[in-house]
Amino acid sequence: MSKTVPVHLRVNGVEHQLDAEPRLLLVHALRDHLGLTGTHVGCDTSNCGACTVHFNGQPVKSCTVLAVQADGVEVTTIEGMAKDGELHPLQEAFWNDHGLQCGYCTPGMIMAAAGLLERNPNPSEHEVRHALEGNLCRCTGYHNIVKAVLDAAKTKGATVSAQREVSA
Amino acid sequence: MIPAEFDYTAPASLEEAISALRQGGEDAKLLAGGHSLLPLMKLRLAAPSLLVDLRRVPGLAGVARGNGTWRIGALTPHAVLEHTPELGVVSAAAATIADPQVRNRGTIGGSLVHGDPASDLPAVMMACEASVTVQGPSGQRTIPALELFQGYMETALAADEVLTEVRMPVLDGWGFGYEKFNRRSEDWAMVAVSAVVNARDGTCEDVRVGLTNMGSVPLRAPAVEEALRGKQLDAESIAAAAEQAAEGTDPPADLNASAEYKRHLARVLCRRALEKAAGLSS
Ligand SMILES: Cc1cc2nc3c(=O)[nH]c(=O)nc-3n(C[C@H](O)[C@H](O)[C@H](O)COP(=O)(O)OP(=O)(O)OC[C@H]3O[C@@H](n4cnc5c(N)ncnc54)[C@H](O)[C@@H]3O)c2cc1C
Ligand code: FES
Ligand code: FES
Repeated sequence: MSKTVPVHLRVNGVEHQLDAEPRLLLVHALRDHLGLTGTHVGCDTSNCGACTVHFNGQPVKSCTVLAVQADGVEVTTIEGMAKDGELHPLQEAFWNDHGLQCGYCTPGMIMAAAGLLERNPNPSEHEVRHALEGNLCRCTGYHNIVKAVLDAAKTKGATVSAQREVSA
Repeated sequence: MIPAEFDYTAPASLEEAISALRQGGEDAKLLAGGHSLLPLMKLRLAAPSLLVDLRRVPGLAGVARGNGTWRIGALTPHAVLEHTPELGVVSAAAATIADPQVRNRGTIGGSLVHGDPASDLPAVMMACEASVTVQGPSGQRTIPALELFQGYMETALAADEVLTEVRMPVLDGWGFGYEKFNRRSEDWAMVAVSAVVNARDGTCEDVRVGLTNMGSVPLRAPAVEEALRGKQLDAESIAAAAEQAAEGTDPPADLNASAEYKRHLARVLCRRALEKAAGLSS
């Protein structure tokens, strides 16, 4: 083993200090060192998106990022999406709309879709498909995934406007 | 897949990065977004002994406009270019790179220095007549995009130079088109054509056409440009000029396309890109 370096990670709001080789990939740090196995490895060649996590709120493929590159970055994984025992609207919608079969691609799909909704809370079907170009699903044929994202956008919109009414 | 072992440093200044590169010798490499370098390292097609990560070097990311010039920091990710529509053809081309996740990590500096003729931004930089600022141990110099690409994945940068900034004339009022052909949306271009056109009263005052993946380096299409300059811009003149898009090119055949098919694509995509740039189609 070559020299290790200190790696400071902040994942889902929790700080972690590792001693790791610089060649450790972020996806392996998450899965093997932190036990966050919701982030999957599919292709290992930056194509399939199963390893998608958020880097300061933006979706990236964690099989193509070194753990050391995440120093000082706010990393969010699928495990960080549910809040206070409540599923994230995207998780809820994937469940309701049957947006998964084997589930292998699902964490990456949800993280990529969350990146889209952050930027564009009301996407068209075309925009959803375009935003998921970096995520492959071998089971569903994508139809219900797209439907789930569109439905999540609607309920998310509903939550936001409900909050506005309350605060108004 | 795990890269071979390497040492890693993330210096906090450009000077330190350059001296780390120098001390690291010829097996030291800069790391920007890592979306060309890390896949190669995972496949063990590259095995640098030292990675000098630019992420902590201040002032290398961002887009600014002033005095008729765009200044784009080397570490600016493709996604920022995509979401800056004022950049015209650069924004349109950046939006076609891979997928959102890759665009969030990959940078313009990395894309240009990697120098892959199939990448989208190199030929676009040539069409926009951009230049790059590079910093090395003996100071700063400027390299025009037209002189940057020297051979297959080979640029005019020395091993201990860092690309810090791209400068590009503001092309306000110019029309533009970017046409990329691939089999799957995530893929590199089989062929892509970028066009920028400055028209006055329907006449083509100036035009520049860039060709992606039509040779071992990104190219311009001078025969098309000459055929159109000074002409009335209409469907006929554009179609006639676009016929010359593959003139003088020697595209390598690959798994997806024969050389002849690539030449055909260049002509068709050139016509479409020019039609868009001239406002004849959307
Ligand atoms: C799945 C996938 C699909 C892709 N599809 C496309 C596509 O369709 N079109 C396209 O254009 N690209 C595509 N790319 C490549 C992507 O755009 C890369 O991000 C880009 O080419 C390199 O940028 P980077 O910042 O990641 O560079 P890195 O990988 O960090 O570096 C690349 C090279 O440039 C050097 N370097 C980096 N920055 C500097 C600098 N500032 N000064 C000097 N040297 C430097 C490095 O030492 C290295 O040799 C794809 C990548 C992947 C993984
Ligand atoms: S495992 Fe990272 S993109 Fe497939
Ligand atoms: S649900 Fe099986 S891969 Fe998508």
